[in-house]
Amino acid sequence: MTPVRKLVALLATLALTACGAPATETANKAADANLRMTVWTSNEGQLKLLNSIADAYRAEHPKVSSITFESLPFADYNTTLTTQIAGGNAPDLAWMGDISRDLIAADALVGLTDPLKATEGWKYDDLVDSAAAEYSKDGTLYAYPFSNSPFALYVNTDLLAKAGQKIDPAKLTWDQVAAAGAAVQAKTGKAGFVVRDFDYKAWNTLATVWTGWGASAWSADGKTCTFASPEMQQAMTFLHDAAFKTKAMPGPGVTADFFAGDAAFTVAQVSRASLLTGSFKFGLHPLPAGPKGKYAVIGQAGVGVLASSKQRDQAVDFLAYLSNPENAAKLAQFFPPPRKSLLTGAQLAANNKVLNAAQLQAAVVDQLPNAVTLPNHTSPAEIAQKGKTALDALWTPDADIPAVLKSVCTAIQPILAK
Amino acid sequence: MSYWTIRRRDVLTGYMFVLPQVAGVALFVLLPVGMAIWYSLNDWNVFTGQQTFVGAENYAALAADPQLPKVLLATTLFSGGVVVLNIALGLLIAVLLNRKFRGVTLFRTLFFSPVVVSVVAWTLVWGFLLQDNGGINGLLSTVGIDGPNWLQHGDTAMISVIFTQVVRSVGVNMVLFLAALQGVPGELYEAARIDGASSRSVFGRITLPLISPTILLTVIVTIVGALQSFAQIAVLTAGGPELSTTVLVYYVFQQAFKFNDIGYGSTLALMLLSFVMVLTLLQWQLRRKWVFYEE
Repeated sequence: MTPVRKLVALLATLALTACGAPATETANKAADANLRMTVWTSNEGQLKLLNSIADAYRAEHPKVSSITFESLPFADYNTTLTTQIAGGNAPDLAWMGDISRDLIAADALVGLTDPLKATEGWKYDDLVDSAAAEYSKDGTLYAYPFSNSPFALYVNTDLLAKAGQKIDPAKLTWDQVAAAGAAVQAKTGKAGFVVRDFDYKAWNTLATVWTGWGASAWSADGKTCTFASPEMQQAMTFLHDAAFKTKAMPGPGVTADFFAGDAAFTVAQVSRASLLTGSFKFGLHPLPAGPKGKYAVIGQAGVGVLASSKQRDQAVDFLAYLSNPENAAKLAQFFPPPRKSLLTGAQLAANNKVLNAAQLQAAVVDQLPNAVTLPNHTSPAEIAQKGKTALDALWTPDADIPAVLKSVCTAIQPILAK
Repeated sequence: MSYWTIRRRDVLTGYMFVLPQVAGVALFVLLPVGMAIWYSLNDWNVFTGQQTFVGAENYAALAADPQLPKVLLATTLFSGGVVVLNIALGLLIAVLLNRKFRGVTLFRTLFFSPVVVSVVAWTLVWGFLLQDNGGINGLLSTVGIDGPNWLQHGDTAMISVIFTQVVRSVGVNMVLFLAALQGVPGELYEAARIDGASSRSVFGRITLPLISPTILLTVIVTIVGALQSFAQIAVLTAGGPELSTTVLVYYVFQQAFKFNDIGYGSTLALMLLSFVMVLTLLQWQLRRKWVFYEE
């Protein structure tokens, strides 16, 4: 056989082999699903749990050949997710925080209520209404609120003792926190109270304080700015005094990490308890009462299915599996769940190495039913930036508080009214 | 006679040599600019992928944007400050280090070393140092000075971002100036000294004219670099307080990638591109007035 004939024969064999591939194998490949879910955690334990649930799901669903959890940095999560969507490379499922309103408004998420209700044993009625509200529109749930972490007051009892301060957690008010914080600052040089992650930038976290004054950033329908209300003025005056007069709160440009032992109090989500290292004695209590009484604020995270997914049915099915009562119980070791059946201090404490049942009952279970969420709206980044730009003027000792708050409304009202 | 004459082969070879560069420019410059022009004429809902042609609406929005004048002011202050300080300091250090003394190599290395440090790492460290309770104010307090809260006031925040940028990048200009200074013929200085010229007039009439082509190069490169400075702003101040350090390139990023307004972000990016082009062309045209070419 000449070399040319050999080549022709080889090509013919290859062509026949390709054409003759078993039809069933080709069809299976077409039906195989490779699901991808973006998350903002890189915590090994959390990823291990997610992967173990995914493996169990794949064992029951052989057509799903892979489920990948893509960890994106939290700081750029929304930007990266949006860029993926814009670039036609959207994940099938995604964790979501304040981007959820934009996604829901753009019909970019798959409605979950019907498929979840139709899933045997999922128990839709087990969901806490207040937890589902943030991710619902017109009665349809668009993301499963897998994490519902209330904000709580962490107390460094060692520092309080050092400064000769005592508090009564049951009757604690913000004024008492400010007074004790100022005393700690004066006597030990450490910070008084810190609203974690605020850092004079993320002003939405101040909702953990201003809600106690009955204030809110905008009206319930999200159309009208209420930043200039008398309640907000009083709340901001309290914070301004704490930063510049009593020094109960570290001023702008001063870093103080409660979990490193640098502050007497911090407002942070219960899930942050994992940052406690045991280097000091601590207490965990519900948020202090404001002039309007007791209140609760939660930070939420949801997981939804992108409407652009080419495997949306499979993705919805996996989400239903991921969030079924059995797996929700497993996820509860990291994220306070939205299911009534799992919300008892004892159950939450079973998997929590830092907090006990009483603490979890008081700071999580008792808070969830009436909790409000941090301010959330469509165009969250634009509202956050324009609000921050206006609010920067507040963080100077001689700020004109009413004028600054009015300027915040001037800045964000056009976005709210869109 | 063969089609492939020597001349045709030479022409083809020439084209093959420039092809990678032309392809690179087309793919990574011309195509993105073309796409930016198209995006600027559209409103793009990134969540649904829907694009709506809006004509000149985004260009009209430039005039109506209440934040833009503040952004342009911050851009001018930042770029102006960086260019003036960078060129002046780079030249001064180069002149001081363009002589033979013990340890001169060590000093040259010291001034150049920040250039090789990652810009984000450099800025993060300065961010800690410039805190109210940070290292700079700690140092100032040892000599009885109560330092300002550097990053929390508009004017000191701008000074801080300019300072960190200049200290990091002045080494590049220093090296370029050093090379230029060492290229000035020694006999010219000798002749000037014999004629009794003062140090000042030697510098003004011999050194400066002879290194003016390098000055032109450094001015163009420094202006372009200053207008592109993003990481320093993003890490150190995130454009604040208020809008005092929001330079144009950071504003483009905010609009396009934070607020998902790709259309308006593209319009701003094209404005930035036109600024860079106009400034570069202007300097290129003006070079005849002040740049001295020996030939």
